[in-house]
Amino acid sequence: MSTLVSLLAPARYLSRAEAEALARRALSMATAEATRVSIQSGTRGNTRFAVNQISTAGDDFNTTITVRSLYGRRSASVTTNKLDDDGLRYAVETSERLAKLAPEDPEEMGELPPQQYAESQGWSDATAALEPDGRARAVRAITEATRAADLHGTGYLETTAGSFAVANSKGLFAYARGTGTALTTTVRTPDGSGSGWAGESHHDFSRLNPASIGERAIQKARLSANAVAIEPGRYTVVLEPTAVANLVQLLGFALNARNADEGRSFFSKPGGGNKIGMKIVDERVTIVSDPLDPEVPANTFTGEGLPTSRTIWIENGVVKNLSYDRFWAQKSGRPPVPFVGSLRMNGGSASMEEMIASTPRGILVTRFWYIRPVDPRTILYTGLTRDGTFLIENGRITKAIKNLRFNESPVFMLNNLEAMGAPVRVSASESGSPGLAISVPPIKVRDFTFTSLSDAV
Amino acid sequence: MLALDAAKSAGASYADVRISRNRNQAISTRERRVQNLVDNETFGFGVRVLVEGAWGFAASRELTRDEVSRIARQAVAQARANRTTLVRPVTLAPVTPTPDGTWRGPARIDPFDVPIEEKVELLLAANAAALGVAGARFVNSQMFFLREEKTLATTDGTYVVQTIYRAQPSLNITAVASDNSDFQTRQSNDVQPMGKGYEHVLDAKLVENAPKWADEAVRKLSAKPVEVGRYDLVLHPSHLWLTIHESIAHPTELDRAMGYEANYAGTSFVAPPDKMLGTLKYGPEFMNIQGDRSQPGSLSACGWDDEGVRPDEFLIIKNGIFNDYQTTREQALWLDWWYSRQGREPRSHGCSYAQSWADVQFQRMPNVSLLPGEQNLSWDDLIAATDRGIAIVGDGSFSIDQQRYNAQFGGQVFYEIRGGKIVGMLKDVAYQLRTPEFWNSMDMIGGRDSYMLGGAFNDGKGQPSQSNAVSHGCVPARFRNVNVINTGRRA
Repeated sequence: MSTLVSLLAPARYLSRAEAEALARRALSMATAEATRVSIQSGTRGNTRFAVNQISTAGDDFNTTITVRSLYGRRSASVTTNKLDDDGLRYAVETSERLAKLAPEDPEEMGELPPQQYAESQGWSDATAALEPDGRARAVRAITEATRAADLHGTGYLETTAGSFAVANSKGLFAYARGTGTALTTTVRTPDGSGSGWAGESHHDFSRLNPASIGERAIQKARLSANAVAIEPGRYTVVLEPTAVANLVQLLGFALNARNADEGRSFFSKPGGGNKIGMKIVDERVTIVSDPLDPEVPANTFTGEGLPTSRTIWIENGVVKNLSYDRFWAQKSGRPPVPFVGSLRMNGGSASMEEMIASTPRGILVTRFWYIRPVDPRTILYTGLTRDGTFLIENGRITKAIKNLRFNESPVFMLNNLEAMGAPVRVSASESGSPGLAISVPPIKVRDFTFTSLSDAV
Repeated sequence: MLALDAAKSAGASYADVRISRNRNQAISTRERRVQNLVDNETFGFGVRVLVEGAWGFAASRELTRDEVSRIARQAVAQARANRTTLVRPVTLAPVTPTPDGTWRGPARIDPFDVPIEEKVELLLAANAAALGVAGARFVNSQMFFLREEKTLATTDGTYVVQTIYRAQPSLNITAVASDNSDFQTRQSNDVQPMGKGYEHVLDAKLVENAPKWADEAVRKLSAKPVEVGRYDLVLHPSHLWLTIHESIAHPTELDRAMGYEANYAGTSFVAPPDKMLGTLKYGPEFMNIQGDRSQPGSLSACGWDDEGVRPDEFLIIKNGIFNDYQTTREQALWLDWWYSRQGREPRSHGCSYAQSWADVQFQRMPNVSLLPGEQNLSWDDLIAATDRGIAIVGDGSFSIDQQRYNAQFGGQVFYEIRGGKIVGMLKDVAYQLRTPEFWNSMDMIGGRDSYMLGGAFNDGKGQPSQSNAVSHGCVPARFRNVNVINTGRRA
């Protein structure tokens, strides 16, 4: 294990040498025709606060190893966190026993030979070094402000620091380490009539600004009090970057070639095949994944040890790529296109103020919540606005409005684009954990479909 | 005991330690092939401490003497760091300790004793049965099993060992129109996850039921798109459990009502407690909602919760009126005034739970169930009594706001009811509700013979988000004049 700096130092994870040694030890026990091991190790630290005080906090450290055994086209996997020789031997033997019992898989692609990988970009010493005291300090930057403002601050700070390694019996070895952090807060008025949210996520904790997060949420809580009802229907909306990411990431998750080719996806082409080459959204939209993007980095290899690379999914509104696993790629006569765990959407030059000023009547949305799939044929989702929803009239924010339920698709949304601002990295996971690394602009969109009103604050 | 001693000597007024060995197995197939065969085991321990009114928690997978002491001291140091923001110190409701307890879930067949070939063969046979139906093009099937052995020791003198089983078999069948213009799916979720062993898989009769599910997927392609409007809804227990989960079980969690979950899961419209308990009319007089962790085969069943409380059965809604919240030891004292008015000591209902050794325990819902009506009405009786409505089987899409007012639910299969009879299948159906109006519109429920347990393995709450497995028993029920939308749009 890495040297402990102090009793509380949370960043424990396997170094490259330690991961390699563990992989070698497991592989040396294997007797299958081919074996792969995947090793995940790391520490997660978290601090929660509610009603202006820390409620719970925790630090946990774990290492798991998954052994995948392969005989011809038969395979099975076993995962354990018992890393002594007995534990490893049990995992290897169980995996081999199960693999022999498994039926042949006609889609088995075998293990990859050694590959070349770029150095992963997603590590921050500032994140890895953050201790419970440091987390409590960041939380106090919010709770002291909310208490002084006579408001209730509730929120969550999480940090992760760990490593991921893949090795196989053909000599492949891949190793990357990464950090992640997210700080989010929901500030409410004591009478429950107003609620405001703000949050940030990055792999580098020093890029988060707790005091600013608190201030933004405080301002929204105050402005959102005593909201009025409006009729649901189709509205022009100005979406803050978090709200945009809440929906754009859903488009990212649907970029699967096989589902499209099988006729069960939005990306299925009528009559057969998929929509690669077809224009599906406004021509100003380009969406890219790049594992080496310093702002939104991702792992440089997949769970199989396949290198990831910069992939353009949508360029000027046209579908350029869908993700292909190794089997479907071979069947389709194309190179594999792994899904990369990050997304960046390009932006435009409009400021939030300009988007609001150019709107005769519309709605400003801070974020969306409880977003769930309704119809995969159109990537239609439902969910609600939350923690800061405002009416725009004659180019100005005039009042707080009650929350609204939408039934809408990111595809329709990006077809109805009016304007875009500068992209920023946001915290877009509902749970407040770091989630997908995503950078998107604020946007203005016409005809966004709201289907009912909510009394929830 | 080493952990408890280390925590106490470092200054903890209370401590508990959970040691858990969790084994799970997942087999997934599609059509004629096995996609994944995965066996997981995780082992470790977590120490929770209370120091001068502040919680601390730390966990590790290395169960050595040095590591146990170090983790206990780390939890105490953690609590001291957290104390710097303390406003209201934590105190705990009394508990009767169990010095030597054991509990075992009701698994007749341990799933880990069943040969893997048998499981694979069953899934592939079910797939073949589904694909035998013309128009059914794809099928994914899965089995998931869990066995957790969990030991809890507390400084109050509790020491309990429990073995928990969970099992879920499932199929998802996709039918695609010949010109790729439409596709529809049918999930097998009239078979629900249970706190049972492999016998639950055998009882599910996957091979026998697969053609029926496949046929329904195919028929959905040509089903009539629903006309938007207001309908009477007859909801099957395989569907209604999720509506109960979202619109009753979540809003009656006391931590939500007190604002503790505001940043993720949300707060609750059932707040503040002093204005709601004994006052809020949640539904009709025949509506009784029970919290428990005792129903045999239910996902939440246990002997003791994760802080050593023996859970009780309690009425959350009694004769239509809101009667009690779900609580832990920390929370029960917040309702001291309500319990003392009824001549009761404040005691936890036993709702403390952590998903693994690596996570801190907090308030999670027990089984929350709609009790049967006095008349022994059936699903068919409810349909026969309905003039113009929609019957919904199986849970589907779901979404609800952060205070649990406004919800939208889909389903698996939708039937049009005219003049007391099912006259055809509908598609693209979702209903939207406002919780108090919806439950007060319930005018008929089934009886004891129509009661079944639904549930989920993956109820998310807390930060970091933890999954809770929970069952919801219910009977079919009818709701009047509910808003139905059409979710089909053209790409």
